[in-house]
Amino acid sequence: MSKFTLQVNGKQHEVDVAPETPILWVLRDHLDLVGTKFGCGIGQCGACTIHLDGSPARGCLTTVSSVASSKITTIEGLSENGLHPLQKAWCELDVAQCGYCQAGQIMSAACLLAEHPNPTDDQIDDAMGGNLCRCATYFRIRAGIHRASEIAAIGSEAGA
Amino acid sequence: MNSTVQGALDRRSFLRMIAMAGGGLVLSYYVRPAGAAEIAKAAEVVDGLFIPNNFIQIAPSGAVTVYSARPEVGQGIKTSLPMVVAEELGADWKDVTVVTAKVDGAYGPQFAGGSQSTFQSYTPMRKVGAAARTMLIEAAAEIWGVPASECTASLGAVIHRPTGHRLRFGDLVAKASTLRAPAESSVVLKDPKDFTLLGSRVGGVDNPKIVTGQPLFGIDQKRPGMVYAIYQKCPTWGASPISANLDHVKSLPGVRDAFIVDRMVPEGKLTGLVPGVAIVADSTWAAFSARSELEVNWGPGRQPDSSWDGFGKQARELAAAAGSDAVKEVRRDGDVEQAFAGSAHVVEASYSYPFISHLNLEPQNCLAHVQGDSVEIWAPTQNPDGLKGLVAQVLGTTKEKVEVNMTRIGGGFGRRLDSDPAAEAAVISQRVGLPVKLTWNRTDDLQHDHYRPGGFHFLKGAVDSEGRLNAWRSHHVAFGSSQGPDDYPARFVPNYLLLTSKLENEVPQGPWRAPGSCTYAWTICCFLDELAHAAGKDPVEFNLALLGDRKLVPGSGPHGSPYNAERMRNVVREVADRSGWGKALPRGRGMGLGYYYSHQGYIAEVAEVTVSASGVLRVDRVVAAVDVGSQIVNLSGAENQVQGSIMDGLSAAWKQELDIQKSSVVQTNLHEYPMLRIPDAPRSVEIHFVRTDYTPTGLGEPALPPLAPAVCNAIFAATGKRVRQLPISRTDLSWS
Repeated sequence: MSKFTLQVNGKQHEVDVAPETPILWVLRDHLDLVGTKFGCGIGQCGACTIHLDGSPARGCLTTVSSVASSKITTIEGLSENGLHPLQKAWCELDVAQCGYCQAGQIMSAACLLAEHPNPTDDQIDDAMGGNLCRCATYFRIRAGIHRASEIAAIGSEAGA
Repeated sequence: MNSTVQGALDRRSFLRMIAMAGGGLVLSYYVRPAGAAEIAKAAEVVDGLFIPNNFIQIAPSGAVTVYSARPEVGQGIKTSLPMVVAEELGADWKDVTVVTAKVDGAYGPQFAGGSQSTFQSYTPMRKVGAAARTMLIEAAAEIWGVPASECTASLGAVIHRPTGHRLRFGDLVAKASTLRAPAESSVVLKDPKDFTLLGSRVGGVDNPKIVTGQPLFGIDQKRPGMVYAIYQKCPTWGASPISANLDHVKSLPGVRDAFIVDRMVPEGKLTGLVPGVAIVADSTWAAFSARSELEVNWGPGRQPDSSWDGFGKQARELAAAAGSDAVKEVRRDGDVEQAFAGSAHVVEASYSYPFISHLNLEPQNCLAHVQGDSVEIWAPTQNPDGLKGLVAQVLGTTKEKVEVNMTRIGGGFGRRLDSDPAAEAAVISQRVGLPVKLTWNRTDDLQHDHYRPGGFHFLKGAVDSEGRLNAWRSHHVAFGSSQGPDDYPARFVPNYLLLTSKLENEVPQGPWRAPGSCTYAWTICCFLDELAHAAGKDPVEFNLALLGDRKLVPGSGPHGSPYNAERMRNVVREVADRSGWGKALPRGRGMGLGYYYSHQGYIAEVAEVTVSASGVLRVDRVVAAVDVGSQIVNLSGAENQVQGSIMDGLSAAWKQELDIQKSSVVQTNLHEYPMLRIPDAPRSVEIHFVRTDYTPTGLGEPALPPLAPAVCNAIFAATGKRVRQLPISRTDLSWS
């Protein structure tokens, strides 16, 4: 076991775990941040998508020892009150069915929007192909990303 | 009101009764079983709430709590049935909070399966809301001294129409709590034309928690002092552990215990508790890590040499063995052989599809805490009553000692009607005496699913000189249940023969979204398309002619149910109109029709596909016409289910297959089990609900079966190639 100081959602956490523990399980079992989901354990489903210094990463393949110096963002820390444009759009368009994959979908989509504020369907398909939705809500995921893009544009106009 | 429950029920005794009720005692669940005299006493202990029945509580603030009794599996029932209550109550949806009910007979049926929830609960939930509304109106009418008939409830208030006086529900709580609940027969339901909430688009009540990652699912549950477990079973079905390196495993970091479970409960059944090795640890990762060092010496399986290829060979042998004892005649109308001899066109084809997995994205899991002869369970279960039964049997206790907390479910599709993970968690908790969270990994999930069965259909059909279907002969070689005597197109063809055979096999099977229909629709509608082309008829015209001009076609025998041919003709016509059926398309593009009746829904779908010359398939557009009766409850949820069924049906038909070798599934994780991803998802999905006068029915399943034949028939229209084996990815679709 080893001690690590982690920066998660803007807060510091001390954990004492085996160095090879995937950050997914540190978040879920040790920090009570269960929004990041276990789906396959081999980086194929994207349910465990988090941000490391703003870039998407698979929590199931990322060891705790490799992220001790990174800023980790999880779905719980994506926005202060669940008001990220994607979170708003997901509620507005009722994207989820079972909802299990949606945290990972939103985390991947947040990185897409950071790079392409107004993505095309092709850009969405490219960026989101690694996130499996077993309920296959893909039709609404596409619509949700487009809607989030609009919400963000309205927000930035209002703030300008 | 149920006459077995009488007299006063204060909150404490009410809760006590709920705790005792189990599955046996049925409380009247639409009116609170208490008289006016006793309610005054009860009011002291209910915190000033108006509790007209088990499903509704209204606070003086006007806040309305509605209890959701059914498991929420992604079908949206936690939103839709409370909407039904709120509509009849006259509540403002903004004032409504939905709470998952305890598992208890007081709430009526509490399973999620067979798309039954809407059908079973729609009218009872209307009565639940209407009964409470009746009491609120009566309270307001008494306060105003006016006839109740002059009052209406709307948006959380009662209004006296002649004067415009208005009292909010919260202001009526005290008065309403002194009133007697109305008799069921006196409760008047709203005229559906006055509905304002039903039929609108309402977002799922858990959405804000889903998008912020709050603990909702079974796998998210925690209890003080909880430990974490895995349960290793042999990939070969039915094999038991003989020995394992338990001492080594127990010496690994964070491991609390490791032990063999050598029981099978129920005995001989592979879908309950099966033998395996448990590891209990301080964290999930400690348990997973220790598992990687676990070595088990397994005994033999039951049929160690069984394989998918072997099953296929046996199926073909059975198909050639008509007349043998292994072939059962299920239905015979007319004389198919004579009809084949005299028909203008005869077509023969065999269709097959593989086993596939449910692949719930939330891996199977369960949190169990056994204390003495009692156990508390937190589980993503579609079937809490079945779970209680299995866990009680495994622990040697009674169902009443099993308390179940239903969590949100990360995908069900039928898998979580079975409760094997709960049985495993309970056995482990019983041994360690602590709350235990059991988590399966993806390999467990793929190799110990209760699979959607594969199947083989050997078909022969004929059309007469006028292009009408004249004869249909089908031999279904099945792994479990097989086609029944009334399966379409039985009752519509003068000469019809259905034969079935069962392959001897040990493969664990279970219901998978639209069981039976999800595969039968594909074989039937694809073969009908073959016959339409043999007849030189347009497939829509051919199928409408087959559906005939009768309205209701009666079922056969004591268990047969009627087939409403008129409803089906209407959705077929609707989908043809809406899709632009018949438009000219260049080679490489095509449209196909699928239609099927299942789970009380009449649904037709048209797929439009593009196949490149090199054989790359793209499904461009799907149009669906859907008749599930008189009322769409939540338009957003209903559309979501149809969209999802279309995508899920496409995923299964196009991509998914399991191989079986040496009595086990070969695939171990998603890299070996392709499923639909967003790049392959159609960009256009259009849904048209056709309203009819029938009771509203569910949408979790019936929109899935028509999709696969619609796509495969479109592929034929585009390329001239028939897909007779699933998944579609197995067929070379290239053309020149």
